[in-house]
Amino acid sequence: MKRRALRDEPLIFERNPGRARRQGFVLPPLDVPAVDPASVIPAELLRHDEPGCPDVGEMEVVQHFHRLSQLNYAVDEGLYPLGSCTMKYNPRLNEQTARFPGLASIHPLQPPEQVQGALRLIWELERALLAITGMAGVTLQPAAGAHGELAGILMIRRALAARGDARSVVLVPDSAHGTNPATAAFAGYEAVEVPSAEDGTVDLEALDRLMTDRVAAVMLTVPNTLGVFEHQILEISRLVHDRGGLVYMDGANLNAFVGRALPGRMGADAMHINLHKTFSTPHGGGGPGAGPVVVSETLVPHLPVPRVVRDGESFRVVHDDPASIGPMRGFFGNFLILVRALTYIRSLGADGLREMSSTAVLYANLIRHRLAGAYHLPYRSPSLHEVVLDDSRQAARDIHNVDIAKRLLDHGFHPPTMSFPLIVHGALMIEPAESVPPEEIDAFCDAMLAIAAEAEASPEVVRGAPHDTPVSRVDEVRAARQLKVRWTPEGSS
Amino acid sequence: MHPWVGAGDDDRRRILAELGLTSIDQLFASIPDGVCVDRLPIADGADEGTVRAELASLGLANLSLDCAPSFLGAGVHRHVQPSVVDAVLSRAEFFTSYTPYQPEITQGTLQAIFEFQTLICQLTGLEVANASLYDGATALVEAALFAHRVKRGKLDRVVVAETVHPMYRRVLDTYAAPASLEVVVVPPRENGRTDASDLRAAAGDGLTCCVVVQSPNFLGLVEDLPAVAGAAREAGALAVQVVAEAVSLGLLSGGGTHGFDVVCGEAQSFGLAPGFGGPHLGFFACREAQIRQMPGRLVGETVDSGGRRAFCLTLSTREQHIRRAKATSNICTNQGLMALAATVWLEAIGGRGLRQLAAACLARCEDLKRRLAAVGGGWRLAHPAGPTFNELLLIGPGTGAELARRLAERGVLAGVPARTWGGSWPDGLIVAATERTTVADVDALVRAIGEAT
Repeated sequence: MKRRALRDEPLIFERNPGRARRQGFVLPPLDVPAVDPASVIPAELLRHDEPGCPDVGEMEVVQHFHRLSQLNYAVDEGLYPLGSCTMKYNPRLNEQTARFPGLASIHPLQPPEQVQGALRLIWELERALLAITGMAGVTLQPAAGAHGELAGILMIRRALAARGDARSVVLVPDSAHGTNPATAAFAGYEAVEVPSAEDGTVDLEALDRLMTDRVAAVMLTVPNTLGVFEHQILEISRLVHDRGGLVYMDGANLNAFVGRALPGRMGADAMHINLHKTFSTPHGGGGPGAGPVVVSETLVPHLPVPRVVRDGESFRVVHDDPASIGPMRGFFGNFLILVRALTYIRSLGADGLREMSSTAVLYANLIRHRLAGAYHLPYRSPSLHEVVLDDSRQAARDIHNVDIAKRLLDHGFHPPTMSFPLIVHGALMIEPAESVPPEEIDAFCDAMLAIAAEAEASPEVVRGAPHDTPVSRVDEVRAARQLKVRWTPEGSS
Repeated sequence: MHPWVGAGDDDRRRILAELGLTSIDQLFASIPDGVCVDRLPIADGADEGTVRAELASLGLANLSLDCAPSFLGAGVHRHVQPSVVDAVLSRAEFFTSYTPYQPEITQGTLQAIFEFQTLICQLTGLEVANASLYDGATALVEAALFAHRVKRGKLDRVVVAETVHPMYRRVLDTYAAPASLEVVVVPPRENGRTDASDLRAAAGDGLTCCVVVQSPNFLGLVEDLPAVAGAAREAGALAVQVVAEAVSLGLLSGGGTHGFDVVCGEAQSFGLAPGFGGPHLGFFACREAQIRQMPGRLVGETVDSGGRRAFCLTLSTREQHIRRAKATSNICTNQGLMALAATVWLEAIGGRGLRQLAAACLARCEDLKRRLAAVGGGWRLAHPAGPTFNELLLIGPGTGAELARRLAERGVLAGVPARTWGGSWPDGLIVAATERTTVADVDALVRAIGEAT
């Protein structure tokens, strides 16, 4: 597990306090005449200071980040069972291909004939995602899942406007990710909650009541955030379509059924795919991700631009289309993330992808089987790729999910997602993904069982956790109340 | 069996037995038959060597910027690349880590972001900066929506200089209609710069939530930031500066110094590969008084239970996972690893180094201007006396697209056609120089123009 560092690592700004001149990098020699900036640009627009980064040598930089890296937990260290985050192995082949100079060192505004390989790569990944989902059209442009959601909802908005049927509400289940209502609001809709039925899936009767002619779309996560498949998915999409609405599917949990089921057959009109979840691109400590959106025939005309089009054996770019919602961001998306995802899909193929989802679901059920005695299982519906437990058994001893999570750190594991979905009080949402060996799953379960036993025998040990991490429990309340979000020479402010 | 799946067939059989099942299919019984497939219509998996060769051949079908003199810019620039940047980025402790929601085991990521936020504050002259946004274009969108919130949703007009990167403005258009924003575009004067009085007139009084300029602008010219800030203030609007070439901040003072309320943009120049347009790095800085309206993640300093300095994500009550429909933005995953890259790059280059690097860009651009002023064939600088940093507009007898095509045939990537996304300016070529531009590159450009015209 992450242990305390041998010494504290100062901020880079606290290094070289005497401001000695040191060299971190040598610039190329200037073989043209130097220019006095004030002779070109008005003096009042010029910087008079040197931006505050101290001069440090190259080794100092490397040591700084090496030491910081030692304070991080990562996928390569062990199980990272964050529910709905799909923390799987990030293959090293992906990292190699994304660094090929012919892919990394090309400019998005080069003429198309010079970047045929890149355009083909985009086109091939598009075809692969269409085959995997059974949908009619796709954009790879969105930079992350939430960005893909927004693209999807904006396409729905545009399609309804084209029908002359502007609507004002988006329905979102109470178990949904926070990005769903935030996206609806961002796109100018009122987000209205749909309650869950007793088994954790959408309450069809409630949906029937709420599904009026003001409703533009229903946003559904499949399987939902409890890891439960919406078994009435066909009835739901029929109901929504019959009343003139469209179905947005949140694909965050796609890892559960790749190679087994097709959103195209579920009645989805749009679904984003988090390449950094299902298709193994790294999470990077908070991005970059990629959030391609696959769509039904209804939404194809409204896909963002630019689009890559195939003409025989060559590829060209369409920049303008009046029916398009327009660009969601610059250029073609997080291209080097797309390179990684295509590398992964080509490596696994049809057979490997099915093995992937099968193993992910098998592991989640093994965890459920082993832990459902010691921890309360609030929903007994069949689990796919993740299982949600809660802390209600431990709460009697004043042990809460956050304590269990922090104690897991001492046992050498990253904790599950906590306090989500919101319909489960004290939730511990566990998604193992398929990459680790089964022994790692067993070791995690052993740790969870040990903590449940500790909660009985020595609750203070759990409450005071973590005890063995680079820093002990961090005061997040103080961070918000006494805001210090940058370093200043006088101290942080 | 595949090496990226942790269990083999024997393992799966053993686990099924432990669960009292005979087939994995039983675990999927909740999925209705009507939506199921037995097999995806794609090829089976391939071995590592085969896939590597396939991807390599896609790469070889592109002309790498390393293989031709390139003057392409327009928001994507090629600068020096210290090898330490990729070395740090390749550390699994960083790239295979998740968003640092568990601060006890992510101090490495958190401290690096805290340093990034500090660097962005220093460069922009503002008080607070977030942990990153997707790119420069979405940073502009977030700035407009931020200003709309700061003005309590009552001022729906956004006044934008036409010389803000036209691709960024197109992205703003995508978001503006659903957000009920009216975007008013103000063209530049003959000299290629935006006149503050034109912005002032377009903004009206008490109608506009923000006035946006890019500096250096799309045509390469540095805008009169103090005058723009004054015009915005008079109109009761926030002043927003977009920066598409972040290295310029090594030589030019950031908008915060001139009274701007927001400085945002694209930081690809700080050590990120051009990568056919992504992943790049959006940044966003504003005043501390308005921090609660800021989009995106934010790292703050605090202490652990033993009183030691520690960092954690903070003010998350602005964000979607807490505020849901009332969040300041729907952003969740952002560009964390790219912010780390920029931080390593800036720290390796150093403050003095960044200033020298920016000065080298300016000197190379001045040399380029001298050479192009005498290039002949009817081609000339659109704004010979204008205050440029490292880009310029070249105009002449033909269109920019045509010149770019003819020079590409001669192996020179001469620049970006200025009317790629339209524009009221003359049709020409945006030509960029950086510290990596060599005299030989400029020779090749000048020679190729001579041959092509």
